[in-house]
Amino acid sequence: MSSDAMAIPSAETAGQPWVQALHEWVTTVDHKRLGILYIVYALIFLVIGGVEAAIIRIQLMRPNNDFVSPQVFNRMFTMHGTTMIFFVAIPVLFGFANYLIPLMIGARDMAFPRLNAFSFWLTALGGLLLYFSFIGGSGLYGAGNAPDVGWWAYAPLTARAFSPGHSSDYWTIAVLVAGFGTVGASINIISTVLCMRCPGMTLGRMPLLAWLNLVMSGMVLIAVTPLSAAQIMLLVDRYLGGHFFDTQAGGSATLWMHFFWIFGHPEVYILILPCFAFMSEIIPVFSRKPIFGYPVMVGASVCIAFVSMSVWAHHMFTVGMSAYVNSFFTITTLAVGVPTGIKIFNWIGTIWGGKIQFKVPMLFCIGFLFQFLIAGLTGVMLGSAAFASQLSLSYFVVAHFHYVIVGGILFALFAAFYYWYPKMIGRMLSESLGKIHFWLFLIGFHMTFDLMHIPGLLGMPRRIYTYEPRPGWGPLNLLVSIGAFIQAIAVLVFVWNLILSYFKGPEAGNDPWDAWTLEWSMSSPPPVYNFASIPTVASRRPLWDLKHPEDPDSLYE
Amino acid sequence: MRRTEQTRRLVSKAAGIAVLLGGGLLAATLCFGAPANPPPVPSIFKPESTPADWVFHLSAFVLAVTGTIFAVVFTLLVYSITKYRQRSGDDGREPAPVYGSNQMELSWTVIPILIVLVLFLATARVLHSVQDAPEPATAVEVTVIGHQFWWEYRYPALGVVTANELHVPVSDPAHPTPTFLKLLSADTDHSFWVPQLAGKTDLIPNRVNMMWIDPHRVGLFAGQCAQYCGTQHAKMLLRVSVDSPEDFDAWIRAQKQPANQDERELAGKRVFETTACINCHAIAGTAATGQFGPDLTHLMSRQTIASGAAENTSGNLRLWVQNPDAIKPGSLMPAMKLSDADLDALVRYLETLR
Repeated sequence: MSSDAMAIPSAETAGQPWVQALHEWVTTVDHKRLGILYIVYALIFLVIGGVEAAIIRIQLMRPNNDFVSPQVFNRMFTMHGTTMIFFVAIPVLFGFANYLIPLMIGARDMAFPRLNAFSFWLTALGGLLLYFSFIGGSGLYGAGNAPDVGWWAYAPLTARAFSPGHSSDYWTIAVLVAGFGTVGASINIISTVLCMRCPGMTLGRMPLLAWLNLVMSGMVLIAVTPLSAAQIMLLVDRYLGGHFFDTQAGGSATLWMHFFWIFGHPEVYILILPCFAFMSEIIPVFSRKPIFGYPVMVGASVCIAFVSMSVWAHHMFTVGMSAYVNSFFTITTLAVGVPTGIKIFNWIGTIWGGKIQFKVPMLFCIGFLFQFLIAGLTGVMLGSAAFASQLSLSYFVVAHFHYVIVGGILFALFAAFYYWYPKMIGRMLSESLGKIHFWLFLIGFHMTFDLMHIPGLLGMPRRIYTYEPRPGWGPLNLLVSIGAFIQAIAVLVFVWNLILSYFKGPEAGNDPWDAWTLEWSMSSPPPVYNFASIPTVASRRPLWDLKHPEDPDSLYE
Repeated sequence: MRRTEQTRRLVSKAAGIAVLLGGGLLAATLCFGAPANPPPVPSIFKPESTPADWVFHLSAFVLAVTGTIFAVVFTLLVYSITKYRQRSGDDGREPAPVYGSNQMELSWTVIPILIVLVLFLATARVLHSVQDAPEPATAVEVTVIGHQFWWEYRYPALGVVTANELHVPVSDPAHPTPTFLKLLSADTDHSFWVPQLAGKTDLIPNRVNMMWIDPHRVGLFAGQCAQYCGTQHAKMLLRVSVDSPEDFDAWIRAQKQPANQDERELAGKRVFETTACINCHAIAGTAATGQFGPDLTHLMSRQTIASGAAENTSGNLRLWVQNPDAIKPGSLMPAMKLSDADLDALVRYLETLR
């Protein structure tokens, strides 16, 4: 079942001119190269979004600061949010999915390689369009450049009366185009997982990573399409005289909120499910035990997908819905906590009785577990509509969702980087730089986002470019900003590690972690066609069976 | 019987510890860097009105429950990662594989479901009490209209129109005089949030929202717009002055008077009436009937201008008329570019509007 069986010539030949190399990367339809393109693209935007965050935090370091004008500040938080969600989180997760799914299910590529390339380039175009607004956004009216309507772009701020020029158009079209890319990539993942599995790999033996990406892709089809529809409606409003969201002409502001959040809340789970997948692959390997309760983990994921489709209006607890509607969205929101809790307990069950190796990927996984626990509990507070009437729209909610996205998703991604980089590049990332990265980031993260909850409790709303010197607000915001800079240094250490290890890292070999899924059976990086001969599997841990023929999993599952 | 007693004591103890911890943290942050003359802290944990108080009690309960869950899972996590770490001198044998356990899975499914139900019922009760409270005949009705970037207050039954500083009567629990706010928007979304009085409710164009407050204490309460509404969202501050019944009546009587027609400041009045001022501002009893900006009939009865962005002093008034961007960049008040003489006359006139 291994790649040693036959030497397949690699597409890369030594010493080719850079034009040819570039041409190969631009025209590639190989899922591994596209995966790396997605990841590199997302990392570039991560740095850009990080710079925007730094500008926000410098401005908020002290009361009545005037580092940037309100107009610039509003553009920064709009671009930061839009960039991080649409052009960092989604592409990087699709990058890993693209790279790993065919390797893990024993396939030679995704089901639709050309659609795969098309989806990536659409997403890439979306990001470029968004950032072109800095140059082209002032348009005919000279009003503003980058969009400044917030990443939810609530109506009627996006109406032409309140947003002249073209900045909102760049936002709309960028998100629309990237949305088509996301839908294309999801169709590809669903088809690949359902149709391309190797012999013996029943749905019940599929790695959890493939399962969770299947569920995530299904959610994308349901959640992203209403967002795309709403973007088109907004364009109709702005250019063809429609009145869907144009409140000056009788349109509905809440209609946009419903459209946005029926995308926006499932989106959170679209982002977190692949991270659950990383956890479910990495924690077992470094605990040296199979995942605890595989069928329940699958069931809980499917359950999260369904329930999370009916929670969106908890983002709208303050817009004046009736007590009954608020109660409905309270119980659905709290209900998502049940399958999510099951997952946390199952990961503890996986660790329990194991022999934990504290390698860098595992450190990030453990950070994830603690932080996701806290993020979930502040989510319960925000899910209680009455409590949320105080908490939502404040810095408490900003702290909460950054706890999910940074403390959860980003920690999981760092774990995934340290775990799969050796497979993608063929060299190990430095463990010592990795540990520096982990501890610096952990300290910075907690300094920033633990403290950020408190100004919210003290009445500080989000999205304000400056604030009065109220007791507590100034010192807390200063500490929050200092924490942000510690995180920035940690990310630089990480990027340095990625670059340094590319040239100087020790050779990884096929299976540096003594792992159990199929991608570790082949060389690092894998050959273009992945599997010289398609493997046959008999259990959820095919490499365990191979390494322990006397006691294979297939006897017990 | 004894066991329920014990559980109750345990729960109240846990709640006590959680509240103490939270309170300690809060107190620490409050002491940290408090200026000599502290403005009111709009903390959600210092309720002074019934809706805020109900939410506060609910929040203490939710915090106690989530705090307990946190303590249990945190302990489990710490225990498992310390106990099951790979020791030095490990024999290299793989640990026994465990594929799952139905009893365990069932227990950590059913217990969370019960917790969710309890939290839901507690929330639904507060939601119903706050949102469906009947309006007593003694209530004061105020229409709040959100504008970019200021607040308009209308008291339809009392015939008063004012801006930015809301006055409401204190509500004695024995004879409640709550204030019911009807929330409208003239342009974009806004949100009315004075944390000590109630949770926030948005002001949405083409929509009528309601909320109510019944402050139990005389004083000044601070808040600000909580829903991003455009460039100057940050300086759309809220000030609610809770007055004793006598003070409130006196304030209403004063606000109902037409504007002071001081004959000595005719020059300034003429500037006001012959420039763009009257396009946006109204002064009752004069030719100025604009609707886009705050009503200035009793401008000098307010402590602040520009929706709380600056103190109401003659220097600030002058600056605000001449160069609003110096106080509130991006506000919709245009720079009037008056001559010094006109500006002096205008500010003197504005200062007669008591």
